[in-house]
Amino acid sequence: MLAGVLHQIMSGIATGGIYASVALALVMIYQATHHVNFAQGEMATFSTYIALTFINAGFPYWIALAIAVVASFAIGVAIERILMRPLMNAPILASVGVFVGLLLIINSLSGWFFDFTIKQFPTPFPDHPMLGGYLSGHELGATAVTLIVLIGVYLFFRHTRLGLAMRGAAFNATSSRLVGVRVGWMLALGWGLAAAIGAIAGCMVAPIVFLDPNMMAGILLYAFAGALLGGIDSPLGAVLGGFAVGVIENLGGAYLVGTELKLTLALVIIVVVLTIRPTGLMGRKVTSRV
Amino acid sequence: MRTPWLITILVLLAVIVPVAQFTDYHLFQLTMVVVYAIAILGLALLIGFNGQISLGHGAFYAIGAYTTAILMTTWNMPYWLTLPFSAVVCAFVGFLLGLPALRLGGLYLALTTFALAVSIPQILKYKAIEDWTGGVQGLVIDKPEAPFGLPLSPDQWLYTFTAAVAVVLYVIAWNIVRGRVGRAMMAIRDHAMAAEAMGINQPVVKTSTFAMSAMYTGLAGSLGAIAVQFVAPDSFGVVVSIFLFVGLIVGGVSSIGGTLIGAAFIEFVPNVADKLSKAAPGAVYGVILIASMFLMPAGAGGFLHAMWRRLMPSRTPTVQAPAAQPGMVADETQTRPPPVMAPQTGFAKEPVARHE
Repeated sequence: MLAGVLHQIMSGIATGGIYASVALALVMIYQATHHVNFAQGEMATFSTYIALTFINAGFPYWIALAIAVVASFAIGVAIERILMRPLMNAPILASVGVFVGLLLIINSLSGWFFDFTIKQFPTPFPDHPMLGGYLSGHELGATAVTLIVLIGVYLFFRHTRLGLAMRGAAFNATSSRLVGVRVGWMLALGWGLAAAIGAIAGCMVAPIVFLDPNMMAGILLYAFAGALLGGIDSPLGAVLGGFAVGVIENLGGAYLVGTELKLTLALVIIVVVLTIRPTGLMGRKVTSRV
Repeated sequence: MRTPWLITILVLLAVIVPVAQFTDYHLFQLTMVVVYAIAILGLALLIGFNGQISLGHGAFYAIGAYTTAILMTTWNMPYWLTLPFSAVVCAFVGFLLGLPALRLGGLYLALTTFALAVSIPQILKYKAIEDWTGGVQGLVIDKPEAPFGLPLSPDQWLYTFTAAVAVVLYVIAWNIVRGRVGRAMMAIRDHAMAAEAMGINQPVVKTSTFAMSAMYTGLAGSLGAIAVQFVAPDSFGVVVSIFLFVGLIVGGVSSIGGTLIGAAFIEFVPNVADKLSKAAPGAVYGVILIASMFLMPAGAGGFLHAMWRRLMPSRTPTVQAPAAQPGMVADETQTRPPPVMAPQTGFAKEPVARHE
């Protein structure tokens, strides 16, 4: 029993890392623009296809991954510049509409370019169980990659001038503009970074769930749950929330509701968090003046 | 000619001509257009007239469809008798979901309902209710025959029946929206705090709008199940919710007549686009959705209504209507142009207010 629980927790942490990455991508866009990117999952799927194309063309795994990350960054910046810029001050319905449209378009493009069949995705990690059989080689490797990405993002925002400028632009656009930060480009960079993080998350999860155009639908839901649980305006909270949702999902799926209702568990987490503590565990309470 | 008479004649023609002329397959397609129109009308009441964004109305469509299917298979109920039950069940579920929705501002409600839409097929497949829902296999139901020995084929009868139900539902919706309740709904949409200061009971109006909206979409689900004669979990995925949302935006979020245009759009465009490629319908939907957000924010219904008003200047004799702004929600319920100081629901900067 105990070994079983431990096993579930370990693989919960492994999948939680993926949710944490996607949740972080969501939070980065939310912090800067107060938009929730419903197309984040489809963007990550598309990036994963780019990586697969280059792997099939004979490129080494890590080079292909790097190309996919750079391409996704460019796509993210382009989407912000072309589609999102005019919607800066639009009502919520308009932004939701554009995001849903984006979701449909990217999903169709994935199917159009790379067809709808389910594909295997290679892993660069050894194929045998590790840590006394608790985790597969890929799960351990993916967790390590996720952690490296998360630490990298943290260092970037904490210790570089650009990271500081991006935080400033998200926190108070007017003041940042007054001290010479190019706020518009900071938002575009935020979109690019979110797309790049999504690309890595996509490539890490694809060997587990297999690659098809709808691969990320469920994962996006868990990432939403993770971001809300941690607090949608707190990057650290979103990461911890993502890991927590991974563990809750695995334990709940194994001992509570069975694997058939795992997605419903994400729905329940979202509803419970939003009704009981809408700021999440680490989010700031926002009060607005009337 | 007076508008009500014109509409009555148009509706009668819209029922009689297809029944007399169309093949059974085309009648089936038209039936589905009417079904989608009712579903989108439910969504319009919630999003367009009350400002609560739902991306999960496929869930209510599914609940309505399953209520009818279960009542018809397990209890052998006649198809027409299942509609009131379906209405009550969906309104009740909608009311329950409306309660947490009260605490969730715009974006969070969209997110939560999106989560509901994604997880509904899993819930329908759940083992414990398999005896009723038929699990993954779903349920097959019989097509109703025309009653009283009417000389109509099942498809002809079904179209007539669906259209009759739709007329009743549209008349009710039209009167609600034009009346006191409708004005309260729109006041909350335009400025919740001002509405409350005017003595509008926000929780009551919002939850009952949610219940009514769920009831409309649920009834559409029931009629759709009868027309398709089959319900299964995988036909009620997140795509249903997204299609209804697309239909709503294309038709115009707060246009009652526009729901018909939106419904025709989601019924026929995939058929046409499918010939290009399997991926085309999604891409076409997405492009048109984004394009209408930028170019025609009031949807086709709002656009046509603006044209109508331009052609019929006698209806707005004294005050010149202010030029339509991008993103401004056009109400065809307005008989007078809105005062200049009306709170804008358009692309105006909204305060980022969240509930604690």
